[in-house]
Amino acid sequence: MSGKITINGQLIDFTDEKNILAVARNAGIDIPTLCYHPELTIVGACRLCVVEIERMGIQASCSTAPADGMVVYTNSEKVNKVRKMVLELLLANHDRECTTCDSSGACKLQKYASDYGIKRLRYPNRAQMLPLDVSSLSVVRDPNKCILCGLCVRVCKEKQGIGVWDFKNRGSRTEIVAAMDQPLSESACINCGQCIAVCPCGALTSNSSAIQEVWSAIRDPKKTVVCQIAPAPRAALGEEFDLGSVEVTGKIVSALRKVGFDKVFDTVFTADMTTIEESNEFLGRLVKGENLPLFTSCCPGWVKYAEQFHPELLNNLSSCRSPQQMFGSLLKKKYAKDLGVAPEDLFVVSIMPCTAKKYEAKRPEFMTEGSYDVDAVLTTVETARLFREAGIIFKNLEDSRFDQPMEQATGSGVLFGATGGVMESVVRYVAGKLLNAEGRVDVEFTRGMEDTKIASINVGDNKLTLAVANGLAAAEALIEKIQSGELNVHAVEIMACPGGCVGGGGQPFQNNSEHRLARAKEIYNIDSKLVLHKAQDNEDLDKIFEKYWNGCCNHETHHDLHTHYQAKKRIAGNEIVIKDGEGPEITVCLGEGCLKKGSLAIVEKLANLPVKVKGVFCLESCGEGISVKVNNEILHVTEENVIDSIKAKCGCSCGCCS
Amino acid sequence: MENKEIKFLKLQQIIDAHEGKISHLIAILQESQAEYGYLPKEVLTYIATAMGISPATVLGVATFYAQFSLIPKGKYVIRVCDGTACHVRGSEPIMMGLRKELSLSADKPTSDDLMFTLETVSCLGACGLAPVVVADEEVHGQMTPDGILEVVKKLASAASEN
Amino acid sequence: MLKSREELISLQKKAKAALDQEKMRILVCAGTGCVANGSLKVYASLKKLIAEKGLLAEVNLVEEVSHEGIGVNISGCHGFCQMGPLVRFEPSGLLYCKVQESDCEEIIEASVANDSVVERLLYVNPTTGESVKTQDEIPFYKRQQRVTLKDCGRIDPDDINDYIAHGGYQAIAKILFELKPEDVVKEVLDSGLRGRGGGGFPTGRKWSFAASQPGPKKYVICNGDEGDPGAFMDRSVMEGNPHSVLEGMMIAGFAIGADEGYIYARAEYPLAIKRMRKAIADAEALGVLGQGVLGTDFNFKINIKEGAGAFVCGEETALIASIEGERGMPRPRPPFPAVKGLWACPTIINNVETLANLSAIILNGANWFKGFGTPSSAGTKTFALAGQIQNTGLVEVPMGMTLREIVFDIGGGLREGKKYKSVQIGGPSGGCLTEDKLDLPLDYDELLKVGAMIGSGGLVVMGDDTCMVETAKFFMGFVQNESCGKCVPCREGTKQLLALLTKITEGKGTESDLDLLAELAQNVKDGSLCGLGKTAPNPVLTTLRYFRDEYLAHVRDKKCPAGACQALKEYYIVPEKCKGCTVCSRVCPADAITGDKKQPHVINVDLCLKCGACMEKCKFGSIIIR
Repeated sequence: MSGKITINGQLIDFTDEKNILAVARNAGIDIPTLCYHPELTIVGACRLCVVEIERMGIQASCSTAPADGMVVYTNSEKVNKVRKMVLELLLANHDRECTTCDSSGACKLQKYASDYGIKRLRYPNRAQMLPLDVSSLSVVRDPNKCILCGLCVRVCKEKQGIGVWDFKNRGSRTEIVAAMDQPLSESACINCGQCIAVCPCGALTSNSSAIQEVWSAIRDPKKTVVCQIAPAPRAALGEEFDLGSVEVTGKIVSALRKVGFDKVFDTVFTADMTTIEESNEFLGRLVKGENLPLFTSCCPGWVKYAEQFHPELLNNLSSCRSPQQMFGSLLKKKYAKDLGVAPEDLFVVSIMPCTAKKYEAKRPEFMTEGSYDVDAVLTTVETARLFREAGIIFKNLEDSRFDQPMEQATGSGVLFGATGGVMESVVRYVAGKLLNAEGRVDVEFTRGMEDTKIASINVGDNKLTLAVANGLAAAEALIEKIQSGELNVHAVEIMACPGGCVGGGGQPFQNNSEHRLARAKEIYNIDSKLVLHKAQDNEDLDKIFEKYWNGCCNHETHHDLHTHYQAKKRIAGNEIVIKDGEGPEITVCLGEGCLKKGSLAIVEKLANLPVKVKGVFCLESCGEGISVKVNNEILHVTEENVIDSIKAKCGCSCGCCS
Repeated sequence: MENKEIKFLKLQQIIDAHEGKISHLIAILQESQAEYGYLPKEVLTYIATAMGISPATVLGVATFYAQFSLIPKGKYVIRVCDGTACHVRGSEPIMMGLRKELSLSADKPTSDDLMFTLETVSCLGACGLAPVVVADEEVHGQMTPDGILEVVKKLASAASEN
Repeated sequence: MLKSREELISLQKKAKAALDQEKMRILVCAGTGCVANGSLKVYASLKKLIAEKGLLAEVNLVEEVSHEGIGVNISGCHGFCQMGPLVRFEPSGLLYCKVQESDCEEIIEASVANDSVVERLLYVNPTTGESVKTQDEIPFYKRQQRVTLKDCGRIDPDDINDYIAHGGYQAIAKILFELKPEDVVKEVLDSGLRGRGGGGFPTGRKWSFAASQPGPKKYVICNGDEGDPGAFMDRSVMEGNPHSVLEGMMIAGFAIGADEGYIYARAEYPLAIKRMRKAIADAEALGVLGQGVLGTDFNFKINIKEGAGAFVCGEETALIASIEGERGMPRPRPPFPAVKGLWACPTIINNVETLANLSAIILNGANWFKGFGTPSSAGTKTFALAGQIQNTGLVEVPMGMTLREIVFDIGGGLREGKKYKSVQIGGPSGGCLTEDKLDLPLDYDELLKVGAMIGSGGLVVMGDDTCMVETAKFFMGFVQNESCGKCVPCREGTKQLLALLTKITEGKGTESDLDLLAELAQNVKDGSLCGLGKTAPNPVLTTLRYFRDEYLAHVRDKKCPAGACQALKEYYIVPEKCKGCTVCSRVCPADAITGDKKQPHVINVDLCLKCGACMEKCKFGSIIIR
């Protein structure tokens, strides 16, 4: 559809804009919005974007399509009255401690209150201050700042397909809660932080406790403090200092040195390491024809998602640790020895575009001699804050270089920062290794912001089908196609965040498609300028592999640079006592997998015995059969052998089962 | 002791009877509440898991509608109609009297001994009998604050005899 | 299974013949009100007694001849709930009020065995003091004109044959065999029928939008989520004549090209749901509903969805969300449901009362329907009369009847000698009508002009002891509790409006609060997403407009002229009347009353809790509220 509408007396052409809001904004007329996001369902809830339309009255411009001949006013008296009312009402119910708010400066409510001259509130402040949810390593929620716009609910449901958040209650008692109104850490949250990225007013922020830990480490003379920088922040950190989405790698390195870091490294170095380990793992699987398709495992959001929702795919995940954790392992297990410091005295900080990396760093499997491989994770935004606190004038910094002996980095490693980048790196590596391809190998299909990209490429005589997805809702749709047999693929790259790491939950506000695109463009720009192109071009890496592990892709690298995955429950607590009884306690798994396999039939059988039967929403031991816990031991049983299996393990002589 | 296990197994039967359709979630919750008397969170979690939807979504629906209760209700539910007709004819003093008698409030609808739950309801459609109180599923029309206390006392003594 | 129109007609003849064999029919009202007062026991008792006498007519359609007898049936609501349980005799029209089980033998003795009446069970006209024998003579019924409710109270809602005997399902037969969908749309458009649930949108226009949308899947939804806390006509229709709702839905389905419908009914209406379920099962078994209706290729399936307690689900898009199993939160319109409704398919949503009008329109024609009411608002409308009025209950009158006729002629004026103050029309979305509006003809457009709306048809009469600020607060309390919480003006705005009104009724308000109240109310009206929020401020706006003095008294003088606001009450002992018996000072929980024995006592207003205990206990009426 196309036509002309009149906005504030100005005749404006429209074509395929889906709402008046877009038409106005394209024409340079801004309309304030709080609950609107161009990539999510339109709900028309905040009423801030109202406009006055002749013969239609006051309408929300986000939910009204333009029609030829429409006459619209975006700033009439009535419109501004409604907007001021909305702001005044929201502010009355909002914890207005702006000075101490993480979102100060990036808060839309704050901006609009100033734009619309809200000086005095005529309504009483919110009656009750509720406690913050600080249970998650990644996301902090302050219910006192929530304006119930629902963007977090929608982004988690629509983009990630998880739906951790939802509304509870109705009317003025409405609140947004996680899972069954539980601490976020007990929910299926994958820590991606996309809810932070869309939150307009500081109700969701990253858990930034790491900043203080970093300062403490720097000020501790016993500690050697080193840092690694992921690819995506280098294209986004500049936004925090009004430089736009341009590469600021050299400035970041300088700033980190000024802050007091002893060594500064590039995560791209271990991205190259990942490419080599993962590509060879892939080639190995192709040869053996097992555990295909291979799914990438760099994204900790996706990994937790797979552990919770696709335990059947865990063998398909690449066993490679993510670049962050490879670096952590390298530093704590090897480099610390070179420096002559104990692992606990080497404080490893990583700068990530990602809030889920904070969770990944605290996974118990990533430790060396009792100390975490990565001690603290700072998001891009938190890093900027660290620099400000240190009094660094970022704009004026000269560039610095990364530290030896891991200085080199290739373009392919930088690509990890955008969706499709891991896949392109693998293709480059494989092409170089198998086909001895010289020069640049640019892969077209992996690039771009579409949520799902699939292509087949020929590697020698073999045709490989590769898929790339970003956003877990898109990934889920892809997995369904693969599992139903509709699609046959060899390798799949999955990144939880829209656009990949450039759109990570720790990236600066505004984190929308426009900014993601600009950052991705810069990532490819950096790659195009780098001489080192494929992972195998990284000579420093060769030396490190040689020095620490006698080469790559061997038993030793497998021990230090690879990991394993374990099924995880989606919700903690909510145990259900199905039947009380005198006899021993038997817990039956009621997770989705076991339910489908028939755990209810087992419950029914056990309910006939004088035992205590409990149900739990996943025993985290998905495998053959149905999980049942007796005497703290998990058995995998079937309906037929359940009684016998329990008898064998129970060990008591109560005679319950006979 | 109550046959909790039978109730639990009934949950899945309810879901199956609705073919696990998400559009039937409200009916599934209604029938589950009829079975359990209320909707404990573990029951909601089970429904979410068995239907493959997010627990938060199920909680969201269960807390949206006034009919659902996430906490146990008393043996006797007393519902005071506060529709316009009943309001105009004095439903508020009835409510106040009941709250005082049973030591309850708007935030605490159920007595500690789980004997009585006090609710308001917006119009039972029996406006001709205003003010109306439904006590233990029995409709009492043209009620007075004293009259309802009589009813409550009768229920309490009936309970103590059993 | 009926396979053709002819079979339906022949069934009707049979059913009619069976009906005619009843020389007398006794109808016991089984609406919620009468059931609450024990009408089902009355029914059982009457039936048993007549059977014992061997007089009971068994309607039996299989055998051509059955013996003449007396039919005893339950029926839907007669409307005059206050006088229930009601027992009506046909064809004589004799009506007994407040009948109890113990009265049954006497009734049969007098009115079945003999041709006399039980005098004490007759309605007594309060003005004349005379007892009235037949229903039609009762002033409450005299001025009514029953179209929608015609058969409510006359037919047995649980008996499909009774519906068919009264011409049921003839309208669907007519359209299936004589008309095209566009003819049906046109007929309804021409009839001028407007939605009875609230806004009064022309039904035919709504249909034509949906009819012009591409299929194949479309839906008809019957909105039975009657949430206005003072209206119950939809419940009465569903309880009293469920098949008329089904037939209306089928007509709508045929007109727009839908093959499936949903009835969304409040869970608070268990009886209505039970009867609708039975009606669907009976109609499907008979072949007038379901696959291949009456042997044609028209299919129509009807599902029932029970609401779970949310007023906002009366709003079309929220209702759709609720049927889809979600939180009942309204969605922005456009797209309108007629274009994109249930599961994104074209959907029309009509209210129960609207649907119940359709079969008569089809059978009698648009012109017949236009014969009732006013040019812009055709037909009749059912109102639920409640409040401080003599006769409460359901009344159906032609559109355009004046408020005065309804309140004073039908309603019998105010009860207990109270003085008329106002009528709240349309429930929490409506407005108030003051004394000078008593001669206003009630139709859609006239009401809009004065800031009110017919809404669902709730009509609550307020006397001079009703405080209008408190009334506005009551409605605001209701909507703020029922707001879905989605849009800011409604969620936060109604909360603040309620807080302001509460402040005023507690005597803590200021004049500037009145300005803020008016400003916020207008902005909430302008800015809200759905009908609930857009109309929620109406009670505040109209009471502010017509009863500003009363508001001013609350904020300036800290007085409630109606003496209704608890916090503004001042208990006072009239010294001349006080005997000094000390009872009041002993019952006062706050020790606020002092005075010597046999001397007039005094209330310390600073200590007084306004509990009223003293006033209740005073034997001399010496304590007053001032």
